[in-house]
Amino acid sequence: MSNNLYRVQAGPEGYLPPAAASMGVVLPEKGEAIVEGEITLVDEAMKEIGKKLLTAKNPVFFPGPQILWAWKEGVAERARAIKELAEVVGARIIPMPDYRPKYPMINPAIEINPNHPNLTIWHNKIDVCVFVGVHCHFANVALKIIRGGTDCYTIALCGEAGHEDAMISLRDVDLAVIQKLTAVVAELKEVMVHD
Amino acid sequence: MIDQKVVSPEYLFFEAPREEMFITGSEAVKEAVKRANVDMAISYPITPQSESMHLVGDLFRDGYLRDYYRGESEFAVMSAVAGAAMGGVRAFTATGGPGTLRAFEAFSTWAGARLPIVCAFMTRGINSPLSIQPDTIEMAFMLDTGIIVIHVETAQELYDAILKSFIIAEKTDVHVPVGVFVDGFFVTHTRDKIKVPSDDIKLPPYNPYSAPVPVMDMENVPIRHMRDPFVMKSNFISYACHASWQQEILAAVERSRKHIQHYFGSLIEAENQDAEILIVASGTAVSQSREAVELARAEGINVGLVKIKSIRPFPTKEIKELSSNAKYVIVPEFNRVGWLAREIKASINESDKVISSPKVFGGMTMPPELILDEIRRCSK
Repeated sequence: MSNNLYRVQAGPEGYLPPAAASMGVVLPEKGEAIVEGEITLVDEAMKEIGKKLLTAKNPVFFPGPQILWAWKEGVAERARAIKELAEVVGARIIPMPDYRPKYPMINPAIEINPNHPNLTIWHNKIDVCVFVGVHCHFANVALKIIRGGTDCYTIALCGEAGHEDAMISLRDVDLAVIQKLTAVVAELKEVMVHD
Repeated sequence: MIDQKVVSPEYLFFEAPREEMFITGSEAVKEAVKRANVDMAISYPITPQSESMHLVGDLFRDGYLRDYYRGESEFAVMSAVAGAAMGGVRAFTATGGPGTLRAFEAFSTWAGARLPIVCAFMTRGINSPLSIQPDTIEMAFMLDTGIIVIHVETAQELYDAILKSFIIAEKTDVHVPVGVFVDGFFVTHTRDKIKVPSDDIKLPPYNPYSAPVPVMDMENVPIRHMRDPFVMKSNFISYACHASWQQEILAAVERSRKHIQHYFGSLIEAENQDAEILIVASGTAVSQSREAVELARAEGINVGLVKIKSIRPFPTKEIKELSSNAKYVIVPEFNRVGWLAREIKASINESDKVISSPKVFGGMTMPPELILDEIRRCSK
């Protein structure tokens, strides 16, 4: 497939799909977002995130170590804001407390493990997932495996530069961005209820 | 520690007033590290690199580095530098030739662990047979280790590339090691005029907490000793994780393109690129090619020159476009295997127009007339 035609969409994409960056998908610049491999405005991406979450049968947030532990100032506030967002959506939360491989098995009903992201997704029949507070390298590895082996729609809220391997990703996500996203989702929910 | 003012990379690279110095390539390394806010440098001597890391040791004595020591071998040095980087500090070292080969396993480990180490490789012959003389064959071995490979032509570029490489290596979306390759002796042991800003300014410190992997920090979560690769069990998902991990390293190198373009201006430089005969080169082979182009023009032969600055990521798209109108692409190199010609052949549609010659190695110099001979043959 030509690099220019490559789209980052829900799978299952196959045995060993490529990393999106190697297929010509580039990360958004500051003030931009990425939706299915294409650069978009942040507001549009937020609305798309809202639609995906609110129409999902089983949306699940996967908070990582950077937001599960109050390791520096401001993290607890962001964690509370994410919890509030998940509550607005009506999503479940499965923690990703660290990246140590857990053998012989993790319990995918309790937590996602980067070794077993697709097992966790399969086990829970998750159709839309949100990664937040996951270190970028581990997020990309897991997001790509999810795309390869499941039909789950992936969303990454990234505090750094964003993720090409997610179907939708915001970058530079701080407390204000989370709160804005929550407001966008709440407003969309209101409209959908009345429709 | 010496008191230096922290300035933005943009100011240090592009705006700060510069003074001219007449120094060797090895001394240019010292001047770069002096302004790089390096926490830790570890050395092991090997010609032609020895002088540069000796001078970095002088910087430690003078208070520009927090820590410095001499390791017991190149493998030990590269392993120790990995430990320093995992601990969250900015680390620098240099090696070359057989030293590169002795430490070879470590470079893939650096990339696999996404360590933003900057290493200067001062190239020389590998022991087949023993030579300490200029040769870039070690670059052929290094191309698939997962590190970013920059090839500089001059001492000025060596100075600038080391500083810029720290900033590129430490970008969250990149965060893999950068090898700054320079042709041993031709640059390291010759004196040249280079322009540097005042030594009372330095780069901002490295922030390990913006890394794409957790810093090895026992005070902060997740508390762990190693970033375990997923190879510990034999099952599909472990293999899938390992494969995806490898892909992610290559993806990180891909993401460095835009940062290289920003800080280096481009991955390549081209002049008279519409000519039917194009010389494509990297390192000091560019200097020899420039001389050959002048000689050819004096004879009325129209020749273009493309200088490749970034070997990994390779400027595939740029080379494909630039060579599309050329009838011949001449690739002069200082090594036996012609690794750059192989890269170019793999990048373009009509690979038979790539001429992997002249190749000079074992310490021999490359008279511009050798390149001119190829140009003359192509112009007939």
